[in-house]
Amino acid sequence: MPPRKSVAKPDLLPDHFLRWFGMRGWSPREHQLALLQKARDDRSALLIAPTGAGKTLAGFLPTLVELSAAHLNLSPLAGRGRLDRKADDPGEREPKAETSETPSTPPHPSRTAREEGKSALVSMGRDIRRTGGLHTLYISPLKALAVDIARNLETPIAEMQLPIKVETRTGDTPVSRRARQRRYPPDILLTTPEQLALLLSSDDAPFLFSSLKRVVLDELHALVTSKRGDLLSLGLARLWKLAPDMRAIGLSATVAEPESLARFLVPQPVGESVSADIVVAGGAAEPVVEMLDTRERLPWAGHSARHALGEIYELIKANRTTLVFVNTRSQAEMLFQDLWRMNDDNLAIALHHGSLDVAQRRKVEDAMSAGRLHGVVCTSSLDLGVDWGDVDLVVNVGAPKGASRLMQRIGRANHRIDEASRAVLVPANRFEVLECRVAIDAVAENAQDTPPLRTGSLDVLAQHVLGCACGAPFRADDLYGEVRSAAPYAELSRVDFDDTVEFVASGGYALKIYERFARIKQDASGKWRVTNPKVRQMYRMNVGTIVEDTMLKVRLVRSRSSGQGKGKGATGAIARGGRMLGQIEEYFIEGLVVGDTFVFGGEVVRYESLVEDQVYVSRAHDKDAKVPSYMGGKFPLSTYLAERVRKLLDDKRAWKGLPDQVREWLSLQAHVSHVPGTRELMVETFPRADKHYLVCYPFEGRLAHQTLGMLLTRRLERARARPLGFVANEYALAIWGLGDTSHMIRQGRLDLAALFDPDMLGDDLEAWLAESALMKRTFRTCAVISGLIHTRFTGEEKSRRQVLFSTDLIYDVLRKHQPDHVLLRAARADAATGLLDIRRLSDMLTRIQGRIIHRELDRVSPLAVPVMLEIGREAVYGEASDELLAEAAEELVKEATGSP
Amino acid sequence: MGFAKALPILQETMLTESISVETSSVSIAGVTLAADLSGALYWDEQKLLVVSDLHLEKGSSYANRGVLLPPYDTIATLGRLGAVIARHDPRIVIALGDSFHDRDAHERLSPANREVLSALQLRRDWVWISGNHDPALPPDLGGTVAEEVAIGPITFRHEPTGAAGEIAGHLHPKARVSTRGRAVERRCFASDGTRAVMPAFGAYTGGLNIRDAAFARIFQTLGFVAHVLGDRRMHAIAASRCC
Repeated sequence: MPPRKSVAKPDLLPDHFLRWFGMRGWSPREHQLALLQKARDDRSALLIAPTGAGKTLAGFLPTLVELSAAHLNLSPLAGRGRLDRKADDPGEREPKAETSETPSTPPHPSRTAREEGKSALVSMGRDIRRTGGLHTLYISPLKALAVDIARNLETPIAEMQLPIKVETRTGDTPVSRRARQRRYPPDILLTTPEQLALLLSSDDAPFLFSSLKRVVLDELHALVTSKRGDLLSLGLARLWKLAPDMRAIGLSATVAEPESLARFLVPQPVGESVSADIVVAGGAAEPVVEMLDTRERLPWAGHSARHALGEIYELIKANRTTLVFVNTRSQAEMLFQDLWRMNDDNLAIALHHGSLDVAQRRKVEDAMSAGRLHGVVCTSSLDLGVDWGDVDLVVNVGAPKGASRLMQRIGRANHRIDEASRAVLVPANRFEVLECRVAIDAVAENAQDTPPLRTGSLDVLAQHVLGCACGAPFRADDLYGEVRSAAPYAELSRVDFDDTVEFVASGGYALKIYERFARIKQDASGKWRVTNPKVRQMYRMNVGTIVEDTMLKVRLVRSRSSGQGKGKGATGAIARGGRMLGQIEEYFIEGLVVGDTFVFGGEVVRYESLVEDQVYVSRAHDKDAKVPSYMGGKFPLSTYLAERVRKLLDDKRAWKGLPDQVREWLSLQAHVSHVPGTRELMVETFPRADKHYLVCYPFEGRLAHQTLGMLLTRRLERARARPLGFVANEYALAIWGLGDTSHMIRQGRLDLAALFDPDMLGDDLEAWLAESALMKRTFRTCAVISGLIHTRFTGEEKSRRQVLFSTDLIYDVLRKHQPDHVLLRAARADAATGLLDIRRLSDMLTRIQGRIIHRELDRVSPLAVPVMLEIGREAVYGEASDELLAEAAEELVKEATGSP
Repeated sequence: MGFAKALPILQETMLTESISVETSSVSIAGVTLAADLSGALYWDEQKLLVVSDLHLEKGSSYANRGVLLPPYDTIATLGRLGAVIARHDPRIVIALGDSFHDRDAHERLSPANREVLSALQLRRDWVWISGNHDPALPPDLGGTVAEEVAIGPITFRHEPTGAAGEIAGHLHPKARVSTRGRAVERRCFASDGTRAVMPAFGAYTGGLNIRDAAFARIFQTLGFVAHVLGDRRMHAIAASRCC
């Protein structure tokens, strides 16, 4: 749809704004005017719009109009707060703040100004302040985005000569500027959820925020899916308290449940659910999405899509700028290398992923904005962010994983709303063909599968509670009420809240011996207050919810002389310093032996040594890396796409739309075994070499399958099926062992219904969680976010390696001695949806009860081939540390006995 | 919490801890000892049990500095110690130094844990070797305090010097083994047949990789063996195989 002249309510935009739009050759869009109307009606609003719809400008227009009106001392938004202020008199003190008696829910019929607000405006005796104070706060998930938006805002402000001051505040903002911002706030401040938390924990917070009129939350769909969203929601609750006049504007891509997302933007009354108004930007052209019709043979397994390299290269060559999305950093590294090997035309192809050095990433982004790049191989690191110039094609290599995720990526092509985005999906194996097929259908139907709004986690709440106490003493009853106005915490029980406060105070242990070490204490009036200034300092050093996998810095050095050979300790001298290539997950490095090679930063490097948090690597001259991958697929296949894949399998007529190779594969499967129906769980058992295999097809994503694999092997162990290991992919799980499972099932010694009974989520799960490394990692995250463990200290950075180790020890002890501790509750809640995906597993087990189809085969089935091929490529699970150690011990025996 | 209340907890802990009993035999200066999966060392001939680096009250030591670790480390450590004592019923127990995490730690022992400790000391000799964390232990803890103890060819002291016949602690050895991109890291005994360094026994004790330079000073070469504490078994692994 072409942008058309707005017919309705031209008075929403003042003349000089209309002139500016005209000067740029634009006219205001419907949704931009709609947001202005919402602002005039004093409503909070959620704007749902595809990329390229002028979303950011829409979010800021109400603010720009209001501020410019205040300046001109006449307002189109009649009767609003700024009118009674003499904005031009810098010497004037703020006469009063407008506050309201009740926590506000829009619409807001009347406001009572109270004189009481006056004292709150004086900040620590500093009485110098700008007349207006902070008007709008903008929150973005990326600090780079905040910086770019600030730059973009400067254009209309300069061109219309608006007297509006815009500033950013991120982790990079110098201390002096931060201090100045607190005393002389700009009109518009652009920042991140973490910085907001920090500002709220300072005692200037009431001074700084009482004048706040609007908060703009960018990329809200992305923010709310994580603990950062929890933190932000609690910050909003605080802001509603400090600035009851504040209204929110959320900017979001299309989501599955807009109503539920819109709840985030308004305070939730007790026992009720209230949503902000929703504005949907229409007019986006339908994207054109195709699946690559490869001339090559489709692989059975793997995720590299090497077969389609030539075709991907041709696509890049045929277009001006192509974004090539892959799912993991290792895939990005490999694809980038492979493309350059065949790059006879010397096309400008760059690499972008989250582990690369920030400076390097910014260089790529700038080159792209300037239109100097032909192609960029990237990961989800480019899912968000400002518009990167004219991208005319998006290529998605591998599984799309989710319909909404794919649509957001596709939206990266052609950031003009009225032109169709073009995208090509490149499945890397046969199963991914099915996934691509259903994803294309989902895009055509505009079917969304974003996850539902989170339930706020208790570890983030603990951080927030401490932050509140750092700001000002609080009463538990008041804070409980405030916290529950945040949508993710609307259902928070008083017990959970009180336990969290107890945890913050003195650890929340049943054994109450830490009272004298309490971080916060109740004073005579019943208010909780911080016991000493060190607590504040610690809070400020450690605020935030992003607990990265411990990252190590990768530096390129010259290879150590080979004379020392393999197996030297950390004592050997190597060249220090070296060029910084980026960062890498510690657990990946821990699995390496000196001399192992892997791909990083677009080249094959050799692991030399690890000194503190620095990994030294040298350039390797091997063509292929010895250790294939780091970082598995981060996002599991969405439940929604999984269901569509099952439906596609079940509907033979729909197979017509599939490539010949895939259709033949499925037909063969139907012939020799069975193609699982929509609600069935198919289990195949067969022998191969000297082992027996059990393969099942739950289609619930790798994470849920791994958990299932752990639990099933325990049960098979008890049933004496002697399982040896298992491997999982997004669609299937294969377990192998010495016991003849086919025979056992035939004889009734192994009952599949009992094997897959949901009761495995009881004792078996508990027993496994006791030792699960994934669970320990989950717990560690909670321990860090909640403030039990600090990762940053003043002066020195405690080695994060020590932190990781000690949280494992804490987990063991706490689990044994206080299994219902609030942190363990938080970790279990995370395990339901996080690395262990227990909720999804539970749903599946319930769904398939009474619907297990077993096929006893004499050999591997066509459908089983992909997962069977993962054996040897993927880590084999079982967490059998003893086996691994025994293998190493065996070598000593061999050495001792002189056997080869 | 009185002793009556502490006892069931202790018994329960001992019960769950006493399932694994695998040992691996280590020979030092001609004496054969059993390295126990719990991290203790048992000298059958002398009916002597050694544990090192208990670091009791490490939790409350951190709490004192604002890190409120769960206050259950002491009972957890004493529970495991109780289990290994119950299994071997030793005549002598040697705590090889750093038994308490800091100088005041013994004062923070809860009355209940104090009683648990007294119960463990009943009917046997108990020697506290002093360590750098607990250089001056008071006499009212029961047992005797010593800088070092020599029995036959073996000398027990806290900090290893590398002398022949020495069994020491202090370094908290742990070994890391990696295969096919996967790594396992566990506490271990480090021994070359002439001397040994024991793993830390305490519930909150971390570890130092045996490939650290500190071990090179004790053993001179990589020709020593890590007796690694697995989940259910002990594993003897060449130090050169570890990383």
